[in-house]
Amino acid sequence: MLTLKVEDLRTYYKIQRGYVKAVDGVSFGVEKGQALGLVGESGCGKTTIATSLIRVLASNAMIVGGHILFKDLDIVKLTEAELKEEVRWKGISLVFQGAMNAMNPVIKVSDQIIEAIQLHEPNVEKQEALERAGKLFQLVGIDPSRLEHYAFEFSGGMRQRAMIAMALSCNPEIMIADEPSTALDVIVQAQVLQLLRQLKERLNLSLIIISHDLSIIAETCERAAVMYGGKFAETGDIYAVFKNPLHPYTQGLLGAFPGVKAPKTRLISIPGSPPDLLNAPVGCKFAERCKFAMPICRDFDPDLIEVEKDHWVACHLHNKK
Amino acid sequence: MEEPLLKVNELKKWFPVRTGFVKSMVGGEKLFVKAVDGISFDINAREIYGLAGESGSGKTTTGRLILKLIEPTAGKILFKDKDITNLKPKEFKSYRRKMQIIFQDPYESLNPRMTIGSIISEPLHVQKACKNEREVQEKVAAALDEVQLTPPEEFISRFPHEVSGGQRQRIAVARALVLKPDFIVADEPVSMLDVSIRAEVLNLMVELMEKHNVAFLYVTHDLALARHLCNRLAVMYLGKIMERGYTEDIIYEPMHPYTRALMAAVPVPDPESKRAEVVIKGEIPSPINPPSGCRFHTRCPQYIGDICRITEPKLTNVGKDRYVACHLYSEKT
Repeated sequence: MLTLKVEDLRTYYKIQRGYVKAVDGVSFGVEKGQALGLVGESGCGKTTIATSLIRVLASNAMIVGGHILFKDLDIVKLTEAELKEEVRWKGISLVFQGAMNAMNPVIKVSDQIIEAIQLHEPNVEKQEALERAGKLFQLVGIDPSRLEHYAFEFSGGMRQRAMIAMALSCNPEIMIADEPSTALDVIVQAQVLQLLRQLKERLNLSLIIISHDLSIIAETCERAAVMYGGKFAETGDIYAVFKNPLHPYTQGLLGAFPGVKAPKTRLISIPGSPPDLLNAPVGCKFAERCKFAMPICRDFDPDLIEVEKDHWVACHLHNKK
Repeated sequence: MEEPLLKVNELKKWFPVRTGFVKSMVGGEKLFVKAVDGISFDINAREIYGLAGESGSGKTTTGRLILKLIEPTAGKILFKDKDITNLKPKEFKSYRRKMQIIFQDPYESLNPRMTIGSIISEPLHVQKACKNEREVQEKVAAALDEVQLTPPEEFISRFPHEVSGGQRQRIAVARALVLKPDFIVADEPVSMLDVSIRAEVLNLMVELMEKHNVAFLYVTHDLALARHLCNRLAVMYLGKIMERGYTEDIIYEPMHPYTRALMAAVPVPDPESKRAEVVIKGEIPSPINPPSGCRFHTRCPQYIGDICRITEPKLTNVGKDRYVACHLYSEKT
């Protein structure tokens, strides 16, 4: 069952020189109790998708098209009040990138979580909110006695756990985690990823995990979408995408990302740099870096088509028509 | 056997912790951050030596100590069999020509107001390595060519902000390279770069090593990259080397419980690989008061008793160029 369905989402940033098409026609669904991984390099639009989903966009950004269907609502069309009432935190919560460093250093952690709860559920008494915070701390593996501490007394991993607890405080159906383990050390990162997997199972929570690191997606998600230049280059079941990558960009990324126990190879790089989304090329955005580029690639942007069951690719190489 | 290019012996760096005026008057124990606390290893010519560890393990400090960007507290550094530990800056200047560094963040390590040409030529001017300006320009062009920023004329008069992240890091490599050093410290050279362009910087390092016999100390937190790049590897934890040896041996047969934990924690880009339960709890303790005995004993899943808590294990030879600091492997004491 799909908890969230996104259809042809387009989010642009207006700057003096025109529109930056950060997200340009992206469609996907998120299953109940499953995790979708959005992977791509900086500037490909991953975070803009996240902020679009709960509409906490920068002031110069706007959703110019598409639908975000959640329950029987279209998030794109809701008013601010409705968003707060129905969606944010209660339906979909977001753990921002680096949010663990954004905790207020002079307010106790417990008060910060209580604030988050009472903001979205004004009827909840302080005592009840505190109890809930204690349960959440247990859930994410922190001793509830630590609630009375300040954020600076927490280690990096604990702060990230506390942020996850805060994101779960109003019982959302979907949690978006933007780069949940960047800036954490390997062992702590593994702990956080394990926590995400446990939460998914225990709470039947849907997750959207955003990362530039393919291995993090492989470790946590059932589905993956590889983004490039504001669009999906390839998406599908995690096994299909990782075991049979069809888009040259996905292949390149996987080649650049060695497994620690994989045979020793020369790493592959993708020459060039990501496209300027202000003046994006007409054809396939990846064409100028693609070693398989054909004349058609520079003229027509390929559609995302299903090449095998639940495996979609946007590449002229795989377009049989 | 050939003598190693660089030898590090019992190197230490203790940073004093600043205390308040009153506390310093009252006295009491002086506190130190024991960033590097007695480490030894050697690097051969034509080798990429990996120094891996989590943040706070002292790996970056080690790199800077070797280049004497900071003064060591104790220990010895031998470069080409010459003790350089206590050389005065003036005496050390000629060594700088042979020892260079590539910093982590190419967005901060390049002066935004200097052109790429002047960034790369600066070491030549500082070292007075060229007779005339023409020679400088030739060397700059050759260095740019070496790092595949071609044609060089196109880059010389541009500024760092006009090029991409990967190109910036290659400029940093060119700057390190222009003096034809024998040894370069590469401090997390790709951690700020996007995945698709990492390989171009790393492969460049391999090429330089093969073509010009440059030795590298590759400081990293990423075991997967270390494994694909380094010949030998040392794993650090809280200022100590826990295990060192040939990379292959360490990756396929980690011996120290810490190395094992690290290996188990490295995420694998393969959805089919099995996920081991994370056995290590908590995070790296403070280096101000590191745990007694073995520094890893507070988190070790193979804690064998008081000996771990009380006695510090020595780095013991357990095989061909393989050293482990763990009581599980030490001679019966």
